[in-house]
Amino acid sequence: MTPTEFTPFASLVGGAKIGLASVLLMLAFGRIAGISGIAVRVLPPYLDGEALGRLAFVLGLVGAPLIWLLATGAMPVASFDAGPALLVAGGLLVGFGSVWGNGCTSGHGLCGLSRLSTRSLVAVGTFMATAIATVFVMRHLI
Amino acid sequence: MQILIQFALGLLFGAGLIVAGMADPAKVLNFLDVAAIGTTWDASLMFVLGGAIAVTFLGYRLVLKRPAPQMASQFHLPAPAPIDASILIGPAIFGVGWGLVGLCPGPAFVALGAGNVEAALFTAAMLAGMWGARLLSLRAAALQRA
Repeated sequence: MTPTEFTPFASLVGGAKIGLASVLLMLAFGRIAGISGIAVRVLPPYLDGEALGRLAFVLGLVGAPLIWLLATGAMPVASFDAGPALLVAGGLLVGFGSVWGNGCTSGHGLCGLSRLSTRSLVAVGTFMATAIATVFVMRHLI
Repeated sequence: MQILIQFALGLLFGAGLIVAGMADPAKVLNFLDVAAIGTTWDASLMFVLGGAIAVTFLGYRLVLKRPAPQMASQFHLPAPAPIDASILIGPAIFGVGWGLVGLCPGPAFVALGAGNVEAALFTAAMLAGMWGARLLSLRAAALQRA
């Protein structure tokens, strides 16, 4: 594992920016900022005319590190413990589970909880529990 | 214009994830590692969620008072649905994948943009999983209507 520094202030500010983006997405387009829902509708079938806008949002996420690079002179750090097999398995599970459950950390965790949705609260409790259990097994049992 | 605004909002969301530290899987896994409370546990993610929910909760209250969004004809809010198996199964599967790698969908795209090979592999598998789930649920819905 890679140790990380406790960053309450930066995390609070970053969280507020994420929140601001979600509010503006609702204000402008009336849409929930759920990344899994947005990303999967970039792929076919296209049931409304908004796939291009969703693609633009996803490209914004992908482009964010370049803005960071221009502003700070360095790419944001991302350190991985997982090898190729775990990366593929994890990706499949994250992708399938988020769409099957109609939301991920952003759709249920951020937008759903902010709307006081009971379904989202159940979803967040469930994925937090299985994620914590998985990390426990991977780090302390295996 | 609308496309540009969507792109800018993606940039803002992504920048927020980077500032918050969520684009680093190590930080996410160290938060989820509750057995390490008192040693290597990193509580930062609670502050990410706190900051994000505070702004979204208040912002939604103001925005949803309006008759319609600025650039669309209506708000698209999920219809209230019963608590059934699907709201447990999907998130349970999602959580296992999140715990294995430390990436959820938003940070996956950001880490991809930072040029991580690991993120590219993860994101490709994630999109395949998403697509499979959508096709399967559309098929299930069509069968139910038939």
